[in-house]
Amino acid sequence: MSGTSLVSARERAIAVLGGEPDDATLRRYLHGIAGVDAVGLEQRAAGLGTRSIKTSSKKWALDRIIELIDLTTLEGADTPGKVRSLVAKAVNPDPSDATTPRVAAVCVYGDMVPYAVEALGGAHGDPDDGLISVAAVATAFPSGRASLDIKLADTAEAVAAGADEIDMVIDRGAFLAGRYGLVFDQIAAVKAACARPDGTSASLKVILETGELVTYDNVRRASWLSILAGGDFIKTSTGKVAPAATLPVTLLMLEVVRDWHLATGQRIGVKPAGGIRSSKDAIKYLVTVAETVGEDWLQPHLFRFGASSLLNDVLLQRQKIATGHYSGADYVTID
Amino acid sequence: MSRLAVPKTYKLYIGGAFPRSESGRTYEVLAADGSFLANAALASRKDARDAVVAARAAVSGWSGATAYNRGQVLYRIAELLEGRRAQFVAEIEEAEGVTRAAASAQVDEAIDRWVWYAGWADKFAQVVGNANPVAGPYFNISVPEPTGVVAVVVPQDSSLLGFVSAVAPALVAGNSVVAIASERFPLSAISLAEVLATSDVPKGVVNVLTGSPAEIAPWLASHADVNAIDLVGAGALDWISLEIDAADTLKRVLRPESGADAAAPALGRIAAFTETKTVWHTKSLR
Repeated sequence: MSGTSLVSARERAIAVLGGEPDDATLRRYLHGIAGVDAVGLEQRAAGLGTRSIKTSSKKWALDRIIELIDLTTLEGADTPGKVRSLVAKAVNPDPSDATTPRVAAVCVYGDMVPYAVEALGGAHGDPDDGLISVAAVATAFPSGRASLDIKLADTAEAVAAGADEIDMVIDRGAFLAGRYGLVFDQIAAVKAACARPDGTSASLKVILETGELVTYDNVRRASWLSILAGGDFIKTSTGKVAPAATLPVTLLMLEVVRDWHLATGQRIGVKPAGGIRSSKDAIKYLVTVAETVGEDWLQPHLFRFGASSLLNDVLLQRQKIATGHYSGADYVTID
Repeated sequence: MSRLAVPKTYKLYIGGAFPRSESGRTYEVLAADGSFLANAALASRKDARDAVVAARAAVSGWSGATAYNRGQVLYRIAELLEGRRAQFVAEIEEAEGVTRAAASAQVDEAIDRWVWYAGWADKFAQVVGNANPVAGPYFNISVPEPTGVVAVVVPQDSSLLGFVSAVAPALVAGNSVVAIASERFPLSAISLAEVLATSDVPKGVVNVLTGSPAEIAPWLASHADVNAIDLVGAGALDWISLEIDAADTLKRVLRPESGADAAAPALGRIAAFTETKTVWHTKSLR
């Protein structure tokens, strides 16, 4: 999977902003965006969550959820063995049912990328071809508190090891202090570090960590900023901060993506991550995506779930549909 | 001028809360003379599913408590029942149409059974377990462990005593319970749930569904996350097919009993919902 070209991203940003992307210009632009109607947003999200999805639609939704999962392990205690078992689950989520689709990607820490690539072997590739990508978190995940040089080295090392996608965190401290130019430059620099020698580039997911941005207005500004700076995906959270992904925040980010698509024709992806544990919740996200940006977005290059325990719940629901009786945790793997 | 009646709403008991049925359904509970007593929730398969989730979540805490502690908690239920005896006697009198003396005797018996089973909590392992004879310098010890989530179809012809007789023994070893109350006499079971909610029983350890056992029991019998099913009150249902469903997901099964001494107090009812773990341990070398 390859991301957008960096040069065109910067040129487009300058064209949209009407000037160089420094603190002052970005501040003028981002603070000029209309504020978020928080009550309306939450009501809309709650309304989208009430849709009843039954039988064949539910079956389709469950399979699609699996195809959109970034199966994730991001623990300090991760070992090569843990990553190998994660990959085994990604390739063959339910050994009792060969019709189960594969997940889109596995998401690991940068130093675990070589083990993930090795374990995937021939199954490593583009999710569009039924293969599995490797996503790596980088830039001093999850806090983002490190110097730029270290963030860039972190990124370049993961890409060199074979990562197809980089999940970076923005500098929330700089963002909240109003240093929009700094955040922009860091995203652009990380984007540049995603480049491979052959001219292609790893796809860049920009984690906003919405739980630390406090307001919906900030989430909207951070979304615009990340897209302007060249992010291919905007991602809600690291999963290490509560609240992580919520439906209203994801809806808001999808609206930014929709507006950006209308303005420029470019399609940006969205990845809610953290806290989505049940199939029921995940289906609400599918509904929200389809109703906000359209069903086109329900594909691995434009929408992902960052999740670990969600997959087991989806598998239990699939088993319920297949067997006609409720299944239990003894019939899926222990993660 | 007479006061306006304030009838009580009887709801389900799932995960320590008292929700209505997710289906929104209720059914009329009638007194022995045919007059209206109350509306009770008519649980659906999804309520049963939610109850199993709550019960599963409660297993580690309850089975991890010491046997002594479980005994104390169960004994406290008996203490609280004693304090509410007038409410239970009145409920049984109305629902079953029996005399005050008979209702009172039923409550007495129910409380005595709680106490009896509470006493077993830190003693049954000594009786059911064993130090097995071996020909070598090691011990070989078998101990009973709780099987996990137990579904119970309680005796259908009694308000309180049948419920207590079927639910208490499953709790003793550390199992969590999803109980389907008597369809005709569900009110005492929900009143008992109110006692459980205000005692020291952790949430989710006991879950009470009211409604049609014929509708709910098949979903519990076939549920892969239920480890055992007590069909003691399922005599009027197609319990053979329930047993077949249970076998498909490797459950322990107790068969229906009928008559006055159905679910009589017995150590066997505790042991039925345990798994035997056998371990080897070296003897000390001098």
